[in-house]
Amino acid sequence: MSALSERPANPVVGQEIPHEAASLHVTGEALYTDDLAVRTHGILHAHPVQAPHAHARITRLDPSPALEVPGVVRVLTAEDVPGVNDAGVKHDEPLFPSEVMFFGHAVCWVLGETLEAARLGSLAVEVDYEPLPSLVTVHEAIEAGSFQGGQPHMERGDIEAGFAGAAHVYSGEFEFAGQEHFYLETHCSIALVDENGQIFVQSSTQHPTETQDIVAHVLGLPSHAVTVQCLRMGGGFGGKEMQPHGYAAIAALGSTLTGRPVRLRLNRTQDMTMSGKRHGFHAQWRVAFDDTGRLQALDATLTSDGGWSLDLSEPVLARALCHIDNAYWIPNVRVNGRIAKTHKTSQTAFRGFGGPQGMLVIEDILGRCAPQLGIDPIELRSRNFYVDGQSTPYGQPVRHPERVAICWEQVLTTGDVATRKADIAAYNASHEHSKRALAMTPVKFGISFNFTSFNQAGALVHVYKDGSVLITHGGTEMGQGLHTKMLQVAATTLGVPLSTVRLAPTRTDKVPNTSATAASSGADLNGGAVKDACEQIIERLRAVAAGRLGVHPADVRFSDGHVGKVGGGATVPWADLVNQAYFQRIQLWAAGFYRTEGLHWDSSAMHGSPFKYFSYGVAASEVEVDEFTGAYRLRQVDIVHDVGDSLSPLVDIGQVEGAFVQGAGWLTLEDLRWDESDRPSRGRLATQAASTYKLPSFSEMPEVFNVALLERAHEDGAVYGSKAVGEPPLMLAFSVREALREAAAAFGPAGTSVDLASPATPEAVFWAVQEARGGAEPPHMTAMVEGAPGVVPDQPGADAAPLRPRSEQAAQPARAGT
Amino acid sequence: MREAGKGAGAEPREDDVPDLATLSGAGLVSGLRKGDAVTVQSRTTPAVSFTLNGAPIEVAVEAGVSLLDLLRERLDLTGTKKGCNQGACGVCTVLVDGRRVLGCLTLVAQLDAREVTTIEGVGTPEQPHDLQRAFIGADGFQCGYCTSGQICSALGMLRELADGVPSAVAEHVAAQPGSSELEMRERMSGNLCRCGAYNGIVDAIAAYADAAGGHR
Ligand code: FES
Ligand code: FES
Repeated sequence: MSALSERPANPVVGQEIPHEAASLHVTGEALYTDDLAVRTHGILHAHPVQAPHAHARITRLDPSPALEVPGVVRVLTAEDVPGVNDAGVKHDEPLFPSEVMFFGHAVCWVLGETLEAARLGSLAVEVDYEPLPSLVTVHEAIEAGSFQGGQPHMERGDIEAGFAGAAHVYSGEFEFAGQEHFYLETHCSIALVDENGQIFVQSSTQHPTETQDIVAHVLGLPSHAVTVQCLRMGGGFGGKEMQPHGYAAIAALGSTLTGRPVRLRLNRTQDMTMSGKRHGFHAQWRVAFDDTGRLQALDATLTSDGGWSLDLSEPVLARALCHIDNAYWIPNVRVNGRIAKTHKTSQTAFRGFGGPQGMLVIEDILGRCAPQLGIDPIELRSRNFYVDGQSTPYGQPVRHPERVAICWEQVLTTGDVATRKADIAAYNASHEHSKRALAMTPVKFGISFNFTSFNQAGALVHVYKDGSVLITHGGTEMGQGLHTKMLQVAATTLGVPLSTVRLAPTRTDKVPNTSATAASSGADLNGGAVKDACEQIIERLRAVAAGRLGVHPADVRFSDGHVGKVGGGATVPWADLVNQAYFQRIQLWAAGFYRTEGLHWDSSAMHGSPFKYFSYGVAASEVEVDEFTGAYRLRQVDIVHDVGDSLSPLVDIGQVEGAFVQGAGWLTLEDLRWDESDRPSRGRLATQAASTYKLPSFSEMPEVFNVALLERAHEDGAVYGSKAVGEPPLMLAFSVREALREAAAAFGPAGTSVDLASPATPEAVFWAVQEARGGAEPPHMTAMVEGAPGVVPDQPGADAAPLRPRSEQAAQPARAGT
Repeated sequence: MREAGKGAGAEPREDDVPDLATLSGAGLVSGLRKGDAVTVQSRTTPAVSFTLNGAPIEVAVEAGVSLLDLLRERLDLTGTKKGCNQGACGVCTVLVDGRRVLGCLTLVAQLDAREVTTIEGVGTPEQPHDLQRAFIGADGFQCGYCTSGQICSALGMLRELADGVPSAVAEHVAAQPGSSELEMRERMSGNLCRCGAYNGIVDAIAAYADAAGGHR
């Protein structure tokens, strides 16, 4: 056990406590960014002018008619930008574009006394467009050779030898859809100019520091002139990691130009048509197995649909490559990646950050190949699990691989899988028009930002004279319970009751230079920083207590609000000791810092040990499919997931359940459709509301849903022995997709392999059933082919550049005022 | 059943409301361009009197103002959230005469002599309603954005059950519906939770209904 992971007696971490703002949430008192608008005097409202073309040059933009509209105060255009006209860190995202890059691209913004005035003003702005040819699908981009950014290449072993000696070789293609975040709170920023020109932005952002950076560079100001605060978000899921910056910058720009507060809140349609989504991917692959079904080689080329600008596409792709192995040992591997540049929204981070996309490829391969190999998919998967001593294709040793096997066994037992499989076989034999299936899939997910530098965090802890404690840290709260966990960490380290500690909102003037609250690492990083700050204070108080109690400093113990000697005896109340320390002129606050040790990563070579540890989990899902409609029910789900020694079990169970549901949504319901026709509406997002974009509701929940956290799961390298939880359980939903595949296949003869589109909507399942029955082929699916050496995927062209070493961050170091 | 259902029409309505006090007048439409279907009704409706969270209130607002915008933009009652403004997410659910309605699809003009209860009227942090306590106990939320709507919807839903209103999963339209988990899920399915806190929400409602000696 490390000093970082060891827990004291009676820790507050590990207790089942409600969310820190629970009573505010249930009474509607919790404030989100937009709720501040009515509390801000004289606020203006911003509305975009959205272009009605997928790709066009702007030949004329005349805002003057808008100024005639009553209530319109100002129209913001490129000429108004005092700094850099760019909304991102890579300088490929003009805030006010001269070229329209996707249908709905905002070309300028109107400020009005009311939102309606701004809206009417936006209709009055005159814009002339010269339409240009557009690429809307990833296929069109591949055909046209339209790529952006670096093209990572990951290789291990001898790929040709792996295929040459193999008993079975299969090749195929697989294209799968992205996902809309649909956080229920849309993007929102409120900006105002404070005393002495200080810009204050309240933003629904997962990355306040980067929002600050972008606002500063747009305004041409140094970072110290901009403060960003995030109270909380109504969901983020990655969609507010990179995307809020431009909106915050518009609000801030409007505020500096008018001297009034500006509110920019996207309505749902604007949010869906303007903000980035999970990347859809296209994959070409060939795979080799030995005669017992062990993976011998995998050769794949992944093309992500990046949309119009790079955004986070490079690190997303890198993570996809780093997760194509999921939990399986593959001795010979070659994977190439590339990012299609298409005329769509700029696709971005979404819970899992490419990991789900990489893992979906291998799970799809195993699901399609198992019937061909004549091996039960449960057996095929477990036969290929990593064992101790093996490494990932990028060279990181896989620590604790046995945890997958332990979770797997536990699900087999608690889910009573053998009995249920027999029941399912009996059901299927007696039901011609309805079939059931049960599938199990594992998750192995690397924790830490791939980019080593991001793995740092800060915190500020104040102990006031009366003993009360106020903490702030660099992470943001979006429902994942980070603040709750941080309060528990602080109370544990200081040895005070939870009620002694309060948490202040995340602000860039409290904790600077923070990383995004992302990569599931919020609790690991910020928890380390909070703990560090508290320990500094405790060390100082220890000396005071030693004098007062007449004991050696090392024998002083802080527990539950009392300070005493290890082993018992008289104690001093925490508040008394604190007060005494104040009069002794002891510093009662501290800034904490944490950086994850032992990481190294070379993104050009796609090699290193980028992750502190892996999170594991296993799910079993049972479905029932109707032959005539493809409609299905999710009858039962059993999950065992590894969160280390949980910091906050109630929070962690909620995260596992919620992530699973969101994953199931991505894989089975949520169907993003863009207009791919040649009509003028080409490139328009057709699914731009909850009425056309189906989200999981109560009705799609598993009928039986059992979630357990893996026990005895201490993680040595993380705060109080815990593990990250935000993203990994999303990928447990692969089990639903695989169960649907197997249920569809059950309509055909034994050994039937079916291709299943993703998302596996009832329509897609219907086509899979047709295929199984020997009827029509599913549309848009390419049938798998068998035989060595397989179909070699596209290889990178001569002009393909590897990922730049700092591709996760700026094209060049961003400097204020440049 | 909801009085304001999901029949908002295919075309999403524009967000938020015209503050026509500042927008009325002929000059308003002069800057508009071809085919801009903007209907501006400059008439202000007569005052509407109703009860809001137990207190009488009289408002005179423009004809197009929704209950949701009245609450959020004019009355500073921001506990009711806006998720879609299109009647598709349930986030804005409030109670009118004890029945659940979508605030974004209900016009203020419809409220005359009605009794409106928002989350602020259900309970406070100091004195929470038992259902609010149950949501805390069962971890019925994550980000909290859907929560006020879930709680109001659940209160309305339990009353519908008590009144014997059938649902799509009811065995028979004329039979008193049971309060199985299936019934609850079906009846709550108009309230989305993107965080997927559905298990906690169902548990909270069930715990409350059980304790209230209600329908389970
Ligand atoms: S905001 Fe009213 S239903 Fe979504
Ligand atoms: S708690 Fe976040 S949407 Fe329900």
